[in-house]
Amino acid sequence: MAGPEGALCASKRGWSASALSNHERPVTNHGPSQVPAYASPTPPRSGDVAGTLRLLTYLALSVALLVLDHRGGVLSRLRAQANVAVQPLWWLAGLPARLGDSVRDDAVTRATLAEDNRRLRNALLVSGARQARLQVAAAENARLRGLLGAAERGGLDVQLAAILDIDLDPTRQRLVLDAGSSSGVRQGQSVIDAGGLVGQIIEVTPTTATVLLLTDPDHAVPVLVGRNGVRLVAYGRGRSDQLELSNIPLSADVKVGDAIITSGLGGRFPPGFPVGTVVSLHPDDSRAFLVATLKPAAQLDRGRDVLLLRQVAENPAPVSNAGEADPARTPAKPAVPSAQGTPGSAAAGDAKKTATGPSVPPAAERQPPPAPQEPGR
Amino acid sequence: MSRPRRRWLLPVTIVLALVLGLLPLPPLLQPLRPYWLALVVAFWVIEDPDRAGLGFAFCMGVLADLAFGGLLGEQALRLVVMAFILQRFRAQVRFFPLSQQALVIGGLLLNDRVVSAAVHLMLGEPQLPWSYWWAPLLGMLLWAPLFALIDALRFGRRRS
Repeated sequence: MAGPEGALCASKRGWSASALSNHERPVTNHGPSQVPAYASPTPPRSGDVAGTLRLLTYLALSVALLVLDHRGGVLSRLRAQANVAVQPLWWLAGLPARLGDSVRDDAVTRATLAEDNRRLRNALLVSGARQARLQVAAAENARLRGLLGAAERGGLDVQLAAILDIDLDPTRQRLVLDAGSSSGVRQGQSVIDAGGLVGQIIEVTPTTATVLLLTDPDHAVPVLVGRNGVRLVAYGRGRSDQLELSNIPLSADVKVGDAIITSGLGGRFPPGFPVGTVVSLHPDDSRAFLVATLKPAAQLDRGRDVLLLRQVAENPAPVSNAGEADPARTPAKPAVPSAQGTPGSAAAGDAKKTATGPSVPPAAERQPPPAPQEPGR
Repeated sequence: MSRPRRRWLLPVTIVLALVLGLLPLPPLLQPLRPYWLALVVAFWVIEDPDRAGLGFAFCMGVLADLAFGGLLGEQALRLVVMAFILQRFRAQVRFFPLSQQALVIGGLLLNDRVVSAAVHLMLGEPQLPWSYWWAPLLGMLLWAPLFALIDALRFGRRRS
C-alpha cells in the first residue's frame, strides 16, 4: 500500500505544483477575464484514486473517532487531557464577553453606588435622629431609675421588691418577697404593681415578707365602683384571675365593665387603687342580691417585681383616721435613716430626697395612684 | 518562491476561526453563526494545497471538536468531506469569479449541514433546530469579504 500511495502522492505533488505555478502568475487570477489554463483537467485523473483513498482513510478515521467517542470509552481520558490544552482558546473566546460584562458592571456599579450613597445618607439621617431619641430615652430612663432608687432608699412612697417565691394554691395565694424588716418592710403594707392592687403584707421576717394576694380565699378588700361610688367588698376566690363582689343590692347600679377601685375604708388600703373590672353579673342563691365576677387589675401572675406602698402605717393612730395618709407619713420619714446602712449613702439619699421630695409627697398625698404607678411602668 | 508568503497566517486564521466559533452569542443570533472554520479551511484548501489537504482538514476538525466540546470526529468528518470536494473541483473553483465561488461555498456549507444531520441521525443524537439551516446562507455571503481579507493579508507586503 505504501508504495503505490507514495507514487500517487508524488504524482499528485506534481499536479499541485503545476497548479501552483499556474497560481503564481500575476494576482489577477480570479478575475472573470481570466481564461482557465486547463479546460480538460487531465492531471487530476491520476490523483483521483489517491484522493479517494485518502478520503476513505480519513472518513474511516473520523467515523472511528465518532463511534469511540459516542460509546464514551477509551477516548474519555484523552479527551479530558485535550480539554486542558484547549482551555486557553476558551478563555480567549470568553474574553470579549468578560470585557463587556466588566464595562457594563462598572457603569451599573457607578449608578448603583450613587443611588446607594443617596439612600444611605437618608438612612443615616433617620438613624441619627432615632439615636438621638434613644439617647433622650436612655437619659430619662437613668433619671427615673435614679428617682426610683432614691424612692427606695428614702422610703418616700414605694419600695421595689423582687418576688422570691409564688404560692398559687386554691387555698393559699401568696407571694414571698425578697425584702424584710431589715429593709423597712412592715406588716400591713399594701402591695401594688403597674396595674393596681396586688395584696398586703401579712408576715415579715428580717429578710423576707409574705404577701397575701387579693385572690386568696381569706382576703377581702373594701372597694367602691368608680363610676358611682357604690361601696362593696371584693373577696378572693382562690383563682388568680378572678375576684368576687358578693351581696350587691339589686338596686345598686353595677354594670359589666365597671372599674372597681379601693375605697380606703377600714384603713388597711389607701383609696383609689384599681382592683379590677366587672366581667359578669349574676344573681346569688337568694335572688335578692347580685354577685359580680371581677378581673383583677393587677397582673398577679406576671412580672418579677412588686411595689410596696409605705404611706400606710397600720398600727395605732392611722387606723383611727382611715384614708388620710398624712399622719402615716410622719413616722415613715424618720424611719429612713435607720433603714440606711452607711452614713454616706444616707447623706446622698437625703440630698436626693430634698431634691425630689418637695415635688413627690404632695402629689402622693392628693392622688395616691398615679405617683406610685409611674415608676412601676 | 518569489512571492513573500506569510506562513504564520494559516495558524492565526485557524485560531481566529475557532475563537469566532466559540464566541458567546445571544441565543437569537446563535443559529446564524457562520461556520468560520469551514470558510477558513476552504480558503486554504483552495489557495494553498501544499499545506492544506485532507489531513489538514481532518486535524482542524479534531481540534475544533475538542474546542467546541462536540462529538469527537464529527467536524473532522464534515471538513474532510468538504475538503475532498473542494480538492476535486479546485481547478475550476479557483478561477471562478468570487460570486460563483461564494455560491459553491454556500452549496458546500449546505452539504455540510446535511452531513452533520446525517451523522446525528446515525448516532441517534438530537438534531439541531431548523433555524440553524440559515447559517450556510450567511457563510456564503461572508465568503467574498473573507477571501479578499485573507488574500490581502497574505500578499499584503507586495501590494502595499
